[in-house]
Amino acid sequence: MKILVPVKRVVDYNVKVRVKSDHSGMDIANVKMSMNPFDEIAIEEAVRLKEAGVATEIIAVSCGVAQCQETLRTAMAIGADRGILVETDADLQPLAVAKLLKALADKEQPSLIILGKQAIDDDSNQTGQMLAALLGWPQATFASKVVVADGKVSVTREVDGGLETLSLTLPAIVTTDLRLNEPRYVTLPNIMKAKKKQLDNVKPADLSVDVTPRVTTLKVVEPAQRSAGIIVPDVATLVAKLKNEAKVI
Amino acid sequence: MTTLVIAEHDNLSLKGSTANTVTAAAQCGGDVHVLVAGHNASAAAQAAAQLAGVSKVIVADAPYFADGLAENCAAQVIAIAAGYSHILAPATAYGKNILPRVAALLDVAQVSEITKVISPDTFERPIYAGNAIATVQSKDAVKVITVRTTGFDAAATGGSATIENIAAVADSGKSSFVSREVAKSDRPELTAAKIIVSGGRGMGSGDNFKLLEPLADKLGAAMGASRAAVDAGYVPNDWQVGQTGKIVAPTLYIAVGISGAIQHLAGMKDSKTIVAINKDPEAPIFSVADYGIVGDLFEVVPQLIAELG
Repeated sequence: MKILVPVKRVVDYNVKVRVKSDHSGMDIANVKMSMNPFDEIAIEEAVRLKEAGVATEIIAVSCGVAQCQETLRTAMAIGADRGILVETDADLQPLAVAKLLKALADKEQPSLIILGKQAIDDDSNQTGQMLAALLGWPQATFASKVVVADGKVSVTREVDGGLETLSLTLPAIVTTDLRLNEPRYVTLPNIMKAKKKQLDNVKPADLSVDVTPRVTTLKVVEPAQRSAGIIVPDVATLVAKLKNEAKVI
Repeated sequence: MTTLVIAEHDNLSLKGSTANTVTAAAQCGGDVHVLVAGHNASAAAQAAAQLAGVSKVIVADAPYFADGLAENCAAQVIAIAAGYSHILAPATAYGKNILPRVAALLDVAQVSEITKVISPDTFERPIYAGNAIATVQSKDAVKVITVRTTGFDAAATGGSATIENIAAVADSGKSSFVSREVAKSDRPELTAAKIIVSGGRGMGSGDNFKLLEPLADKLGAAMGASRAAVDAGYVPNDWQVGQTGKIVAPTLYIAVGISGAIQHLAGMKDSKTIVAINKDPEAPIFSVADYGIVGDLFEVVPQLIAELG
């Protein structure tokens, strides 16, 4: 069974990004970039399925600028067998990425595609579901447990108020939530090994996909700042303030 | 111009998130219709018909709609999509699961988690965990949108929309519902609560969260947690408040032993009043708190419970 895992290069989750002074977007020049944390969980899950003898090959895919190669190398250091970069400088939106991934899925014929539930830059939470729709495959989003058996995948999902379990016929799409697993640390030997793994490069035009953005960002501003309040000396003062000043209890 | 709202419901009742979404729909202009795809969901449909501003409720009934499977719900939306200028769903686990499928099948973009409608094609939405607010314009013929419920007041009741039953689309047959584990609690739901008591890594263990229970009971509050506390295994994931968890905006948010990572602040900084209890005076949570107490939570929380009487 082949597993395809798309990974996105995003601003590292520890970096506090700032809005550009001309309000055209975020200032991400010269900041540390990393793999989207949910995608790291997706790769880890695929590698565990391979280690368990369920999967035979893991293909990592990234769509974007040339530097996404680094993200793919990280995926291969975690355990992906090979990588495909769909290289473009275009502003890629989720629908375009889903179309690129569909074209690759048609070619590679994976049984399972595991994606992060959302990227921590645009916070869209769309690509997995869109890809499932374009392929006509079933989906299980926000997964906290994935079990593959008998041509089906059973997925426990994090939903409001608890958990639910779905059974999907393969091929299928799974998107990861936080608790699915804890990704391993990449070791130096594996980083060295990853450098020798196959990495193919294609362009959106090779896949006949139009990646023109559908949504235009008119401006980006800082959110309204909350001003810091006061430090109260004791609990009695706090309760008095909540009752008389804030009037919330 | 007519907007279709996909109702979130559990057949027996309509979820509050639907009422917030109806308000956003009304701001897009034109009529508002609500689709209830469910099984024996007449109670949910009746509730939707009573929301002010809704002119028609469309009901599709089939056993395979009972559990909100994305494949079937999206197919039902597509079957009736012609003629709608906007298709909206709440940005909850339910809506986020279904709506991108609808957008892809219509070959249009989705605008996720809007917090403001500026015009019928222009919206505000937070990006980078709420560290920035983007104003975006959709060029597509149909605007497919998920709505952050804390950005819009719930639509009032008192409406009397017509209810129309339509034929259900066929079951996709590719996915099936197996089971559900709903955490039982007498406390209000996190996203609907007026007061929330949240614990962080500073709680030290899952057992120590019991310390917060009498406080939550006294205030009639829901209980939440930071991602750090969830990551540490102290509490279940559905307690998580933050960018990757739930976005809340209660009247009072009490953060106990939460340092205030960006990703947590993204989920609660729209709360009306924020109280922080933390032993580290430099903790970032104090920069958003209206009232802060610097001290050991294991001493402060029992004092607070006693003081509330």
